[in-house]
Amino acid sequence: MERIPVLRMGSLLLITIQVDMHDKLALQLQDDVTQRISDWGSTGVLIDISSLEIVDSFIGRMLANIAAMSRVLGAETVVVGMQPAVAITLVELGMSLPGVRTALSVEAGMELLYGAVAGLQSGSEDEPAQA
Amino acid sequence: MSLLKREVLPLRSSNDIVMARQRVRQWAIELHFSLVDQTKMVTAASELARNCLDYGKGGDMIMEIVTVGPKTGLRLIFEDQGPGIPDIDLALKDGFTSGNGMGLGLGGSKRLVNEFAIESHVGKGTRITVVRWK
Amino acid sequence: MSELAEIIFRNEDQIRAEWIKDMGRSVQRTDLMSRAELDEQSSALLSAIVNGIKRSGPNDITTASWSGARELLAEISSSRARQGFSPAEVATFVLSLKQPLFSAIRKDLEKSQDKLFNVIWTATELLDKLALTTTESYMTAREELISRQQQELLELSTPVVKLWDGILALPIIGTLDSARTQVVMENLLQSIVATNSRYAIIDITGVPTVDTLVAQHLLKTITAARLMGAECIISGVRPQIAQTIVHLGINLEDVVTKAKLSDALALALQRSGRAVVRTAATQAGSGGLLSNREA
Repeated sequence: MERIPVLRMGSLLLITIQVDMHDKLALQLQDDVTQRISDWGSTGVLIDISSLEIVDSFIGRMLANIAAMSRVLGAETVVVGMQPAVAITLVELGMSLPGVRTALSVEAGMELLYGAVAGLQSGSEDEPAQA
Repeated sequence: MSLLKREVLPLRSSNDIVMARQRVRQWAIELHFSLVDQTKMVTAASELARNCLDYGKGGDMIMEIVTVGPKTGLRLIFEDQGPGIPDIDLALKDGFTSGNGMGLGLGGSKRLVNEFAIESHVGKGTRITVVRWK
Repeated sequence: MSELAEIIFRNEDQIRAEWIKDMGRSVQRTDLMSRAELDEQSSALLSAIVNGIKRSGPNDITTASWSGARELLAEISSSRARQGFSPAEVATFVLSLKQPLFSAIRKDLEKSQDKLFNVIWTATELLDKLALTTTESYMTAREELISRQQQELLELSTPVVKLWDGILALPIIGTLDSARTQVVMENLLQSIVATNSRYAIIDITGVPTVDTLVAQHLLKTITAARLMGAECIISGVRPQIAQTIVHLGINLEDVVTKAKLSDALALALQRSGRAVVRTAATQAGSGGLLSNREA
């Protein structure tokens, strides 16, 4: 059965959603994430939606559910890469995704979860600011 | 108002909702809607198609390209023979739900389109018509 | 009423010459149009009128045979609108044809009073209708110009500026209406993604008034940015705007606002883990300007 892959990177779960999900796929993902957190003791969940062109109320609820369920199991969730058109539409739709932390990129998401991760910063940060 | 193109899509299963999204996206692209307008229309279609399926027990989505004078638009009609909505005003209020979930109801979708019309009779069914002009 | 057509045709040169001469007194505007151009336009119009009358009579200028005259008038009208003629000047161009035309009619029909009256009446009705179409075309041309300018203004006035790595500024000048806010919102959000900027400072120093609608638009933008993972800070809030916001009961609880852009920048720098440090280095070496004299 087709499923959205849940990858493990140490204590982090990485999920990249690239397909237009039908309802069953979304519900399956919810199940898989909670199962994996339980199996592997993950403390972080990173969901990359940079390829998602549509987030309707169902998908929005799925994301909020994953965040809530993960927190109960001791893990924090960050959703990254939301497209501007999607953000604008969600605001118009009235969805605020309560309890869902967001970040602009996978890197920013990981920083949010674990603090600055050495070696993953881009070069320009290293120049001291000349006042 | 004149009709340039018409297509009917059945909404009987959750896979049909995905089909509906993709079809609406294709037509919106054909009409050269901006990316944001495309996204709004497709999202509205997804919401209303799901409503039709979950609440209306399944129905059809009719897609039409319409013109009024110099304006061109995409019109979607969601029809079902379900239980109907007893209190339309309530259903249009944000936060209303009669089923599971956050139930943003129809109020949210209304904000995503330019025109929104709803007809519903208890025991007979519901018909929601939305238009987005270019 | 081919009589009218005949009269015009027979006396065309004279009519045209007198027409242009009369026009000179009221509407020629040699600063805007050359004599040759004027000659050309007048000839063309006279021929078109003759044509129209011959083919379908002078009473209904909406028929197909009058389309030549209508198009010509529309073109004359649009080009004059663009050149800066006033609508009265454009209409007078047509109306000043009356005098020479009536003179010609009177000359030819002196002997029969009834016919004279009828033909003059027909002629005056015709020219009035033609003059009115010029006013309509004029207005359409102006409206198109205004709408184009509005579009350009919209595009020019919403620049997004990178202040620092990960910090953007959006200075807004002028009034925010629905259409403009959409553009501003999309622009900002796309820049946030393109530059991977976690902080966006929306400066409203240049926004004259904030009403509930504008505040709503701003809040929507901020919410969308937050959904994406970026934070907005509003700066440039003038005392009057602060008062308006409170009076209107607008809820800005979740939004950070600062009076000055520099305060907003300082905050963004701090939140992104940066500090600005004064070092010894100055313009001409560490001793200042005077130290160069030693060398």
